[in-house]
Amino acid sequence: MGHYLLRRLLIAVPSLLGISVVLFTVLALAPGDPFGEMATNPNVPAAVREMLRAKFGLDDPIWQRYFHWLWAMLKGDWGFSFISRVDVDKLILQRVPVTLAVIGASQVLALAVALPVGIYSAARPYSLFDRVASTLAFVGFSLPTFFTGLLLILLFSIKLDWLPFVYRADIAATGWQWWWHQIKQSIMPVTVLGLFQGASWTRYVRSAVLDVIRLDYVTTARSKGLQERVVLMKHVVRNALIPVVTLVALTMPQIFGGAIVTEQIFRVPGIGSLLIDAILRNDTPVVMGVTFVFSCLVIFFNLIADLLYGWLDPRISYR
Amino acid sequence: MKERELRALIEDVRTGLVPRRSFIQQMVGLGLSAPMASMMLMHAGIAQAQAAPIYKPAKRGGGGPLKLLWWQGATLLQPHFANGTKDQEGSRIFYEPLAVWDNDGNLVPVLAAEIPSRENGGLAADGKSVVWKLKKGVTWHDGQPFTADDCVFTWEYVKDPATAAVTIGVFKDIVVEKIDAYTIRVTFNQPTPFWATAFCAAEGMVIPKHLFAPYVGAKSRDAPNNLRPVGTGPYKFVDFKPGDIVRGEINTSYHMPNRPYFDTIEMKGGGDATSAARAVLQTGEYDYAWNLQVEDEVLLRMEAGGKGKAQISPGGDIEFIQLNPTDPVNEVDGERASIKSKHFAFSDPAVRQAMALLCDKKSMQQFIYGRTGFATGNFMNNPPRFRSPNTRWEFNIDKANQILDKAGWKRGADGVREKSGKKMKFVYQTSINPTRQKEQAVVKQAAQKAGIELELKSVTASVFFSSDVGNPDTFGKFWADMQMYTTTMTAPDAQRFMDQYTSAEVSQKANKWQGRNICRWINADYDKAALAGASELDPIKRAAIYIRMNDMVVNDNIVIPLISRPRVRGASLNLVTSLSGWDLDLSALQNWYREA
Repeated sequence: MGHYLLRRLLIAVPSLLGISVVLFTVLALAPGDPFGEMATNPNVPAAVREMLRAKFGLDDPIWQRYFHWLWAMLKGDWGFSFISRVDVDKLILQRVPVTLAVIGASQVLALAVALPVGIYSAARPYSLFDRVASTLAFVGFSLPTFFTGLLLILLFSIKLDWLPFVYRADIAATGWQWWWHQIKQSIMPVTVLGLFQGASWTRYVRSAVLDVIRLDYVTTARSKGLQERVVLMKHVVRNALIPVVTLVALTMPQIFGGAIVTEQIFRVPGIGSLLIDAILRNDTPVVMGVTFVFSCLVIFFNLIADLLYGWLDPRISYR
Repeated sequence: MKERELRALIEDVRTGLVPRRSFIQQMVGLGLSAPMASMMLMHAGIAQAQAAPIYKPAKRGGGGPLKLLWWQGATLLQPHFANGTKDQEGSRIFYEPLAVWDNDGNLVPVLAAEIPSRENGGLAADGKSVVWKLKKGVTWHDGQPFTADDCVFTWEYVKDPATAAVTIGVFKDIVVEKIDAYTIRVTFNQPTPFWATAFCAAEGMVIPKHLFAPYVGAKSRDAPNNLRPVGTGPYKFVDFKPGDIVRGEINTSYHMPNRPYFDTIEMKGGGDATSAARAVLQTGEYDYAWNLQVEDEVLLRMEAGGKGKAQISPGGDIEFIQLNPTDPVNEVDGERASIKSKHFAFSDPAVRQAMALLCDKKSMQQFIYGRTGFATGNFMNNPPRFRSPNTRWEFNIDKANQILDKAGWKRGADGVREKSGKKMKFVYQTSINPTRQKEQAVVKQAAQKAGIELELKSVTASVFFSSDVGNPDTFGKFWADMQMYTTTMTAPDAQRFMDQYTSAEVSQKANKWQGRNICRWINADYDKAALAGASELDPIKRAAIYIRMNDMVVNDNIVIPLISRPRVRGASLNLVTSLSGWDLDLSALQNWYREA
């Protein structure tokens, strides 16, 4: 396994380099420029715009800019945002806690919904519970998050006036008050995201459990007199969950990518909204920083998922 | 309006026959801005109305939190690096200029002790210098005193091209010298009629010398105070997350008595205009929202909840269509839409006139904009009650048909008009914005009835409004037959606004399409008038010149003004704000309070 791990890590380096080249080229070729808003302002003379472009090296050839960026990254300098004039790593770090809190909580909610519902549906396939759960799951992942988000806002914020719908990352209160307010403002975005994710995971868990529950050793366990609950939990679920665990590991990077649409609707200051703002404003350093982090995480979690799968299932061997 | 008539009107104001307010409104009706009209009266020696704002609270503080919603969040807090008004507004919470413009166009002193005028010796007779007297006893948030040194430093900082400040246009052609600790003189290198540019309004915020002095020029981006503003404003800096939130707390040593009312201030960013309107008007979660570009129908429905109201203040912004007199398709000397080429249809004034007759501005106002826009025939703003006697607009499809028939454009077999084998098929481009797409549809429908086929094109706003040389779809390139957008009047004076049609500003390859004369209009009379207006000291003569310039542009039909767009903001019912259409939303932030 050590051999396998080393090989994977070595392959990761050129993959990351390749990803960064593609990202950088696409961004450089994309239309628009970061100082576009100034173009419409008659009081900003063209000379200042030119000076800003020269200062940030925007007029250098693409390959020169790329190596400049790469060298800086290797030294630990993640760049300087054109739009906010703040270091990119500071910008990203500011948004990480909120992203982890909201998106992380939604993944936990998704799991908490998908596992019991999926397992129970598979244990009693085609029963009433199963049919209702499946229908709801299909409805859940067909409705886009902006639609469910707006529905929840209209219901809970406007009609009932129970919950605030603008997320505030800094609440001027402490202790119980703080938690209470935090929960109130997080319920809607977490629910929207969690249920969307949970809907597709429910189906996945259900099919994984169904695959295992038909196998001979389950029948053996039952015929040996074990309780149904023990058969399910100890034998079926543990084996059925192997593919589910790898699926969850593969979707972990999403937590950091954030959920762009939900963040826009609820004004959650997460990494997703940072990325979309930077893209729309052509703020190249920020986009490079965020997408690079994201690609590192994807590669890293792919590696973890592979290792985990091999560890959980002894039939798999590394080559 | 002729100069003689203007002078007579001003005399009437002096004798009291015509109220000052009414004069300003009439001038705005002719296309001038309220500050310009106010300057005209000041020049004639008519004292400014002592605009004392209504401010009821009898003590400082105690008002609780003030929550503002800016759906484009501020990304930096240094006023001289601002990328657009959102950053200027964020900075305005902490920094202040010497004077600001109120809604009636009066200059209101903030850090200045009084407004310079002929009487108090502030304005020189030759129009080349202004003496500002600064308020005494003002301190920066860190306790240091505010003096003339800070103003002189601000000028040095901004005028240095290595600093790359975006407000350089206002500070580079002047000389600022300190007369004593609380007096400065601003000298222009030629007689300047509209002198209230340096140190006024959004571009004139003063920054502290003792904190920024080590960071002039190339080191400007390293200043720690770029992210931690220390100003003289009503609120002190607490926290800032770019694009997300700006927080401030009350400045207990603020230089105006009993102000500010609120204990803390928060400016939250992100999201879109409709949800911002919802948060203020429907749920009351926030007290104020900026720039509600939402359809009036939706706004009215939200106001029915009774928690807030949309505030509409007139400004100089105008939504208009440009017709391209050059050929956007074929290259001449390697350049498309070159001034050396001619458009096969729009170089004919009759076609332009017909096009102007096909824009149904009234329907646009009624069905799309509602209260948030007024149909106008002037390039400079125009409230509905006062029509300029010089420009007329109408929507008349039959007349357009007649004009086109007479000009030799005959309908072909498919109903589209043609002449010498060229069909009237135009590309009409604008940015992606639901309101604009609706406007495009309105114009297309009318044009169809006149035998003109319009192909509608919409470009993402961040690309359309950029100055990217490599992209063919920017508004500066104008590689289409017609385009439409809103141009904002960023300064209250018409000079900078109107000189965008001079031939020196023609947008072309040589200046990387960064010239502001995007419709490549060249008119010798207009250039002469622009030169005259820039150096004319007598504001009345100047006003007459600008009215004439407006008429020239509009009557030639090279631009078709559509809708004059006032500023629309949302505020909760019990919030008392002093909003101006000629300056930033937060220009009078210290006067905001909540009625019990």
